[in-house]
Amino acid sequence: MNNYQLKHLQELESESIYVLRETAAQFNNPAILFSGGKDSIVVTHLAYKAFYPAKLPFPLLHIDTGHNFPETIEYRDALAQKLGAQLIVGSVQESIDIGRVKEETGFYASRNKLQTVTLLDSIEKYKFDACIGGARRDEEKARAKERFFSHRDEFGQWNPKNQRPELWNIFNGRKNQGEHFRVFPISNWTEMDVWQYILAEKIEMPSLYFSHQRQVFMRDGQWLAFAPFIKLKPDEKVETKTVRCRTIGDVTCTGVTLSQAANVEEIIAETAATRVTERGGRTDDKRSDTAMEDRKKEGYF
Amino acid sequence: MENNGYLDMELLRFSTAGSVDDGKSTLIGRLLYDSKSIFEDQLQAVESVSRRAGNEEVNLALLTDGLRAEREQGITIDVAYRYFATPKRKFIIADTPGHIQYTRNMVTGASTADLAVILLDARNGVLEQTIRHSYIASLLNIPYIAVCINKMDLVDYSSDVFEKIKADYLVFAQKLGIKNAYFIPVSAKLGDNIVNKSENMPWYDGKTLMQLLETVPVSHKINAEELRFPVQYVIRPISDKFHDFRGYAGRLAGGRIAVGEDVVVLPSGLKSTVTEILQAEKKLDSAFAPQSVVIQLKDDIDISRGDIIVSASGLQPKISQDFTVMVCWFNFEPLQLRKRYVVRQATFETQGMVKQIDYRVNINTLEHEQNVGQLNANDIAQITVKTSNPLVFDSYNHNRATGSIIFIDPDTNETVGAGMIVD
Repeated sequence: MNNYQLKHLQELESESIYVLRETAAQFNNPAILFSGGKDSIVVTHLAYKAFYPAKLPFPLLHIDTGHNFPETIEYRDALAQKLGAQLIVGSVQESIDIGRVKEETGFYASRNKLQTVTLLDSIEKYKFDACIGGARRDEEKARAKERFFSHRDEFGQWNPKNQRPELWNIFNGRKNQGEHFRVFPISNWTEMDVWQYILAEKIEMPSLYFSHQRQVFMRDGQWLAFAPFIKLKPDEKVETKTVRCRTIGDVTCTGVTLSQAANVEEIIAETAATRVTERGGRTDDKRSDTAMEDRKKEGYF
Repeated sequence: MENNGYLDMELLRFSTAGSVDDGKSTLIGRLLYDSKSIFEDQLQAVESVSRRAGNEEVNLALLTDGLRAEREQGITIDVAYRYFATPKRKFIIADTPGHIQYTRNMVTGASTADLAVILLDARNGVLEQTIRHSYIASLLNIPYIAVCINKMDLVDYSSDVFEKIKADYLVFAQKLGIKNAYFIPVSAKLGDNIVNKSENMPWYDGKTLMQLLETVPVSHKINAEELRFPVQYVIRPISDKFHDFRGYAGRLAGGRIAVGEDVVVLPSGLKSTVTEILQAEKKLDSAFAPQSVVIQLKDDIDISRGDIIVSASGLQPKISQDFTVMVCWFNFEPLQLRKRYVVRQATFETQGMVKQIDYRVNINTLEHEQNVGQLNANDIAQITVKTSNPLVFDSYNHNRATGSIIFIDPDTNETVGAGMIVD
């Protein structure tokens, strides 16, 4: 019976669907953290497949920095409508307005870090006990240590030194009142796997991922998208280039790459040839060597 | 999902055990580097951190040791997962620390591995830690073991040294019942027999480590004989279109299931016939482990999460409240006899207690220690367990998924032990 052998994408898909169903079975009120990026799109697609023909048993929770690409918002609304899923938006602007957080200032000002407060407030407000994210272990070294079911204490904090061991495929989602879990169904996927899966499943993607003309400027050797709320340094100038995004986050910290890749096949060819990781263009990771670990401990995605 | 061309790859999960001195990080660094799986910005970051730390050479261990505490102390504490691909296969490495105080992390990393890479130093031969790492690999029933005899450059690439170590290893491998062990003479530092064949050891005509990783059969890991389908979740869409739909979602833990097959639901013993197998909208004639599917049955019978669906014919699993388990204790709070723990197996959960400790294994000498009063973190022992509800199980050596359990302390919710069912 040796010919019963799954290929890598099928095996990864099966594992992720298993994790999503465990989440629905073990928690009362889970939500999908939807950023509009490719990873959360793939997670949402997997969740759709995991529970078909029933509807998605999770709402989509979007933490909106107010500095999103308009394309992201359009895509998000259309997807929620197509799946008949409930969409919940946590607004960083609102957190700023009511004084929960203070806007960063200076040239590197970003709302990326502020999202943590809005996220934790939303979790408390809607009483979510599990938040499903699209983080992958290959993305970043702190994420390489992350569990599928990752415990967060009452303060939303991650304790990387004392994580629950995860053996075989037995997940332990037990917790005390007020604590919650982050669940990462595509932990074992790489950037290449994600794109290959998007191709195989013909998943519709936001236009930002494909090459397009955009106003950009160069900062610290990295092309960044220009938007009216970005403060330019005196020597920085806005130019129009043919670019695409490799990751999508808040406009203020998402680098773009010069690219002619206009469809998924071309993106896969480009990904195969690239010598820089996708988060190489994320200025939020470059703040220090352990920037991601530090943010994650506080409750970041 | 369509598969063609480069999409058509197999996935191999392997674990590595060893300590800093064995050259384990160098070996992994070498695999990643020679297969071009390290990116420029990662290498740059590692180079700059190495320079700041005052290291003379680029410390490839920093690629896997991601946590602040690990970098500061220069040790691997937790399992790290690394990914790379060659044109033939995708690989997931579970990189585990090798010291005795991290036995539990080794067990964690080994629990999902298809192959274990065990490193030893050619100058030292088989040591206690080699026995320990091999014992854990055999305990976790990892199908293949690649014994890499490292630092061959420091013993003049001598075939005599290699053959002597191989013979020593085989003596205790036989005792452990290890069948599929491969021996490779390597130098991780210089790259001999890692990806490329060594010119320094013409006497070795076997595979390089990479060739082994690319060709070792992976279908072996699936118990392809008996159907085991633990029910994970019941899908009941309340909609007009799917009014009578009642689907049982789960991932096959063994064997194959086909439309028209007669099945039994355990532990109830109720019988029915498979009418439909679904993968989202797609209808399948059959499915096999480890696919995630939804099945529908002919009869409207009581089935819930934790039940196991098996074939009406073929070898049946055991059903019992009393069983024997090899346990690795994980928690710094010692195991307490007769305390109520939560026992989880596949999708099933019940309460259980440990009635007695049969013996503890000295994992350096493999001796059985009798009259043991308590189990501490990292101890491995055979215990007798009793559960409040009957468990449907196979022995771990027969089926990893239905033969494995974890213990959870209900007071702290922590996972405190991992068990492999013997009988």
